[in-house]
Amino acid sequence: MSEQAQEQSTAGAAPSRRTVIGWGGAGLALGAAAAGGAVALARDGGGTAPVADTGGAVPFHGPHQAGIATAVQDRLHFAAFDVKTKDRAELVQLLKDWTRAAERMTAGAEVGEGAYGGLPEAPPDDTGEALGLKPSRLTLTIGFGPTLFDGRFGLEGKRPGALVELPKFPGDNLDPARSGGDLCVQACADDPQVAVHAIRNLARIGFGKVAVRWSQLGFGKTSSTTPDAQTPRNLFGFKDGTRNIAGTETERLAKHVWVSGKDAEGSAAWMDGGSYLVARRIRMNVETWDRTPLGEQEDIFGRDKREGAPVGKAKEHDEPFLKAMKPDSHVRLAHPDTNGGATILRRGYSFTDGTDGLGRLDAGLFFLAYQKDVRTGFIPVQTSLGRADALNEYIQHVGSALFAVPPGVRDRDDWWGRALFS
Amino acid sequence: MRAVRLSVVTAAATAAALTAVTGCAEKSDAKGADGAVTVIAKDDSCEVSKKEFPAGHVTLAVENRGSKVTEVYVLHPDDRIVTERENIGPGTKATITAEIKAGDYTIACKPGMVGDGIRQEVKLTGAGAASAKRSPEMDAAVAAYRQYVQAQADATLPKVKVFTDAVRAGNIEAAKKAYAESRIGWERTEPVAESFGDIDPKVDVREDGLEEGQDPAKDWTGWHRLEKALWKDKKLGAAEKQLADTLEKDLADWVKRVGKAEITPTSMANGAKELLDEVATGKVTGEEERYSHTDLVDFKANVEGAQKSFDLLKPVATKNDPKLVAELDKQFAALNALLDKYRTDKTSYVFTSYEKVGEPERKELSDGVNALAEPLSKLAAAVVK
Repeated sequence: MSEQAQEQSTAGAAPSRRTVIGWGGAGLALGAAAAGGAVALARDGGGTAPVADTGGAVPFHGPHQAGIATAVQDRLHFAAFDVKTKDRAELVQLLKDWTRAAERMTAGAEVGEGAYGGLPEAPPDDTGEALGLKPSRLTLTIGFGPTLFDGRFGLEGKRPGALVELPKFPGDNLDPARSGGDLCVQACADDPQVAVHAIRNLARIGFGKVAVRWSQLGFGKTSSTTPDAQTPRNLFGFKDGTRNIAGTETERLAKHVWVSGKDAEGSAAWMDGGSYLVARRIRMNVETWDRTPLGEQEDIFGRDKREGAPVGKAKEHDEPFLKAMKPDSHVRLAHPDTNGGATILRRGYSFTDGTDGLGRLDAGLFFLAYQKDVRTGFIPVQTSLGRADALNEYIQHVGSALFAVPPGVRDRDDWWGRALFS
Repeated sequence: MRAVRLSVVTAAATAAALTAVTGCAEKSDAKGADGAVTVIAKDDSCEVSKKEFPAGHVTLAVENRGSKVTEVYVLHPDDRIVTERENIGPGTKATITAEIKAGDYTIACKPGMVGDGIRQEVKLTGAGAASAKRSPEMDAAVAAYRQYVQAQADATLPKVKVFTDAVRAGNIEAAKKAYAESRIGWERTEPVAESFGDIDPKVDVREDGLEEGQDPAKDWTGWHRLEKALWKDKKLGAAEKQLADTLEKDLADWVKRVGKAEITPTSMANGAKELLDEVATGKVTGEEERYSHTDLVDFKANVEGAQKSFDLLKPVATKNDPKLVAELDKQFAALNALLDKYRTDKTSYVFTSYEKVGEPERKELSDGVNALAEPLSKLAAAVVK
């Protein structure tokens, strides 16, 4: 419930950006909506304070891990790790240590004995850059990759059937150095420094046991899990995934996101209450996109640019009429109706990692999607997109990973992965 | 609570270290040595006239009655030099004067100017507070490390000479062959050498380490300048031969001064960590030896130097933090095993050229360095707490 209240204040802050962008026509309506949001924000006591200052703490404990159905935060730092130790007990101890550190950081506290005041001869436990910052709705979500079940830790018999190897999709150009990983941690927060601090400190605790394989910063959310909020735009300037599953849609979450029932039996028994995460680094060729005529851009997505409404509709959340769209339009190909009802919870972020050496932005979408089973979720959707999506001319999938995301940590005696390792 | 108490002790120890000693040695024919302590140095003995004498302004009247040139040192319990006098010829006399605080010291004569010397314990009484006491274990660790550092420096000079001789002879191939090995002793003990401040920039600076306004042709000296001449420019001219002389001279200065370095158990522990920092920032990236690609030789030497400090501090650290010591043992072994993959003969310092080490292998090395450096950063605390 408190998450709901916090999301309102964040959602309220977002439209103010749109008042700057939209100054004609429907921009007035957007402006009005933004004004309403600002009032709500002021009433919450936020005033003109930056979003991060309004960010409280999201509870760490619960039946599901936070950071999935949680209202999407503004920033991301995602890291995939290789496990270096061969000792199962050492890995288990690390997961316990990480859990305790995650409990502290998500509550806005420092790691271990803190960032100052300790022995002058010793480096402080906490790296210190989040001192004075609010919890900023930090969530830390752990996942286990297929390679963790390769026999090093006696987990072969516990690899769930849904933790498959993703097939090669048409157009994939995957860099192994940006793909895979034994473990992952997704850090989302409204303040980028809080998210980076969290990953940095977990990596530090992990030295010798795990090593960072790759990591990704996301500077802006591209999805919303809040029903009333506008869908944030991606770097092509479009709203995408407007029919996302909301954090409040308990039934849709149970149907499409949380593992339960027969999906949580046998080798997947430990996944009851968990989910599966697909992470894809999608490079977007923004320069060529920007030279594309507006009409073509709108045809490619199957939406209008201003409102994000599906072809022939007025509002972004209006039910799309797929047959009105071009057969290779993105919305049509990604829609559940095209893919046997496949529905995923999207939580992606825009990224820009500087330039590519050829004077172009190294930018794109770091796509994150949660689902009950990738075989009925991401795989059919991406198969149909990879084959025919008109957007493929402007994008390339360059990194890929799949993780089994275990259920939540229930209390202070519980730890990440307990059900898997017990 | 504990932190506060310790920081006071540390501050006191630092203050003591700063004010304890102002050593000086002046040439004299021993005139006016009234009340002076006499030291009779022979080839097989070192007789000090008093075992206990007042602290403050101390005068030692030294007489060499042996057949060899000798040196006389006054040493702290951890072997740090209080004052010294070198080159005292057979049959000659010299006077050593110094301001010395009360405490326990050693007087050592070194006939032939080699070895640890013939030693006598003395006690200085009265004036001035005794410097902060360290446990005998810690003193032993520091003394052993000091001897290691000196031995490394001593062993370096002949290896450097092989290198510089080849440069002077214009023999590029021989110079290339001798280059990496001439650096091992330096790399093993680099934090101590760096504590002098002025020697490191003369012998081990890279071209990008020069300041704005400095001219590489004029102001760049040392190993890496010669490395570039050998591997990139592929020629040895008059300037390089001059640089070889300069390198030898600067390193001789290091060998002479290294015994006076301030070394404490904490600085040993932090020095070990700094050696791993060197590996992480310079060697793993291939920046240190960008022309010769002998980075793995430096890498190994850095790890060896760090391991030496750790081994010597182990008795102290084990009492305070046995888990940390076990972890460090494990990680040192793992990193050494990883390095061994890059040499065929485990007794030699011929390693794979870093040019031929691919990105995934470099990441593996970097992960190994992180795995060791993180617990190593906790060694100093385990030593002092």
